[in-house]
Amino acid sequence: MLKINNLKASIEGNKILTGINLDVKPGEVHAIMGPNGSGKSTLSSVIAGREEYEVEDGTIDFDGESIMDLSPEERAHKGIFLSFQYPIEIPGVSVSNFLKTSLNESRKAQGLEPMPAGDLLKMMREKMELLEIKKGFLSRSLNQGFSGGEKKRNEIFQMAMLEPKLAILDETDSGLDIDALRIVANGVNKLKSKDNATVLITHYQRLLDYIVPDFVHVLYNGRIVKSGTKDLAHELEEKGYDWIIKEAEQL
Amino acid sequence: MSEEEKILEEVTGADYKYGFTTDIESDTIPKGLNEDVVRLISSKKEEPEWLLNYRLKAFETWKKMEEPDWANIKYNKPNYQDIIYYAAPKQKKKLNSLDELDPEMKKTFDKLGISIDEQKKLAGVAVDFVMDSVSVATSFKDKLGELGIIFCSISEAVKEHPELVKKYIGTVVPTSDNFFSALNSAVFTDGSFCYIPKGVKCPMELSTYFRINQAGTGQFERTLLIADEGSYVSYLEGCTAPMRDENQLHAAVVELIAMDDAEIKYSTVQNWYPGDANGVGGVFNFVTKRGICHNRSKISWTQVETGSAVTWKYPSCILKGDNSIGEFYSVAVTNNYQQADTGTKMIHLGKNSKSTIISKGICAGKSEGSYRGLVKIQKSAENARNFSQCDSLLMGDKCGSHTFPYIEVKNKSAKIEHEATTSKIGEDQIFYCNQRGIGTEEAIALIVNGYCKDVLNQLPMEFAVEAQKLLAISLEGSVG
Ligand SMILES: Nc1ncnc2c1ncn2[C@@H]1O[C@H](COP(=O)(O)OP(=O)(O)OP(=O)(O)O)[C@@H](O)[C@H]1O
Ligand SMILES: [Mg+2]
Repeated sequence: MLKINNLKASIEGNKILTGINLDVKPGEVHAIMGPNGSGKSTLSSVIAGREEYEVEDGTIDFDGESIMDLSPEERAHKGIFLSFQYPIEIPGVSVSNFLKTSLNESRKAQGLEPMPAGDLLKMMREKMELLEIKKGFLSRSLNQGFSGGEKKRNEIFQMAMLEPKLAILDETDSGLDIDALRIVANGVNKLKSKDNATVLITHYQRLLDYIVPDFVHVLYNGRIVKSGTKDLAHELEEKGYDWIIKEAEQL
Repeated sequence: MSEEEKILEEVTGADYKYGFTTDIESDTIPKGLNEDVVRLISSKKEEPEWLLNYRLKAFETWKKMEEPDWANIKYNKPNYQDIIYYAAPKQKKKLNSLDELDPEMKKTFDKLGISIDEQKKLAGVAVDFVMDSVSVATSFKDKLGELGIIFCSISEAVKEHPELVKKYIGTVVPTSDNFFSALNSAVFTDGSFCYIPKGVKCPMELSTYFRINQAGTGQFERTLLIADEGSYVSYLEGCTAPMRDENQLHAAVVELIAMDDAEIKYSTVQNWYPGDANGVGGVFNFVTKRGICHNRSKISWTQVETGSAVTWKYPSCILKGDNSIGEFYSVAVTNNYQQADTGTKMIHLGKNSKSTIISKGICAGKSEGSYRGLVKIQKSAENARNFSQCDSLLMGDKCGSHTFPYIEVKNKSAKIEHEATTSKIGEDQIFYCNQRGIGTEEAIALIVNGYCKDVLNQLPMEFAVEAQKLLAISLEGSVG
């Protein structure tokens, strides 16, 4: 589904990604871990098509086609979703209005009519129930004055509404309380299918107890320096990153 | 001078102290306008003696005044000698079909979702549709007539209801108020008149669009709106469609009178031709709008301004009555080389008078937008309250926004709150929307509409929807 080959990217002349290879197949869950500043969020932004980053080398294919020349919204229309590490506030735009616009723009790109208001409302209700979101939420301004945890939950709510093929969740677990983590993780699990895939960026193995990954990758200095199974996450939790960094530097 | 006149003079006389004036050489006093022209206008319109005298007095006043200069707008002053005041009133070129319409204009009409028939009317295409509009307007007028509501052109009102016009004209905006109001008082030829009788709630939005004789908007328009005791009216002015006009200078005067317990909602969407992307051409819009509130009455000004090369306009309220309420909700967009200096004045005279000011400026391109607001609490205004919020949203880094709040308090019991913010549409916000499948133009529209929500919510529903589209169109291509 997502195939990244030797991806190198920079911002304002700083080389951040230095050769990423990643292959995500439908139905899989991949976890990406790595020290602060190693390039995890950069990787997700580049996949989503953020134009401030310059791709210097490599390829990104989605469903067998290169998406390198596509705008961020075209990538979104193809089914790529990014849950932001730091969700953005848009004052005066309600959650429901934002979702409606978002959903209908994607439908338009697929040649579909806007979703009838009744259906939309019904869908929102279902997903809100799934994620245990309170009623008044829909009419609030997007992310404005939301607590850290509420912002993250709102990201997953949007994901649930948009039903993407590939969801990249950038530290969605940070900021969630224990109950919220369980609720959000359950939500993600329920939305999983054999046709979609999830990339989890996280610092904590705890999340991976809830959403069990097929692969765990360690990103360091803009490269994936080690890949393994869920056990690798446990090992990291115990030993930290030092040993991997040493291993990587010996190469 | 009566007590009332004194108060008026006191509160309005100082209007220009915030700008500076320069001397105009006497030889620049325009030849195009003289006493004979004023007399001619009046006689062509078969006006009564008192109105002729009113005009002549205004003309005398105007001759002695100097065209003001303001710190924040720069423009080449119109040549008053070049202006034709009556002989050839603004004639829009009649088109034979919509195919003759400027394609750019046509595109905008389509984007706004204006029907073909309406497009023809707005563009001045000579077709039978005009017949339709007359009949629509006639049935509309019949309905109002049953309630005793008078809604007609100012010229018609002078003929049919001279006592009302004579009683109220110039009572809120005195002739001598400013350079442009003096000019308007001397030469106005178009405009609307509206009177809502005691206790009547006008059942529909009154729109200049429906008024007979209203082909276009005049250069020196005069509007007089009186809401008698306990009445209510919502009045819409302008339209979202772009208006081109050969007349570069527009100097309108609008006077609102809200008697005891009356309420007036006055909404404006103005989209005059702003000039091309290089700032050439475009309308200069210098408007004096003011309302007076008697006891327990309320006036709300709501405006969405996207047009004009230069806009200078401060819809104001004189809160003369006890427990009266004044509100000002404004969105002003400037793009390319547009300049806008707008704001409001809230003059508190009555006890417990309350005012609210919500101003949202949006600047893009190389434009300059200024908010200039005056809140004045007079000694008599025990327990007056004001809340002001002035926000600016910048798009790009070549535009500028300025906020000039002036507050004068002569009664210690006053409570005044002022908030101001400046923000930018961030790349982060746009990328966030993009990531959710929303393209950049659409994202800007969404963000801007969110930013203006408090103002757009004040507009009547249909107008609000059009205004939203208009905002999006005015800002097209301004980011990225
Ligand atoms: N505009 C920029 N100019 C220079 N360096 C930048 C710029 N933007 C990001 N970086 C750097 O790129 C590196 C990677 O950042 P990124 O946000 O991808 O890290 P991360 O792995 O997501 O970290 P964290 O775990 O803290 O979220 C960091 O060192 C950051 O400082
Ligand atoms: Mg990060």
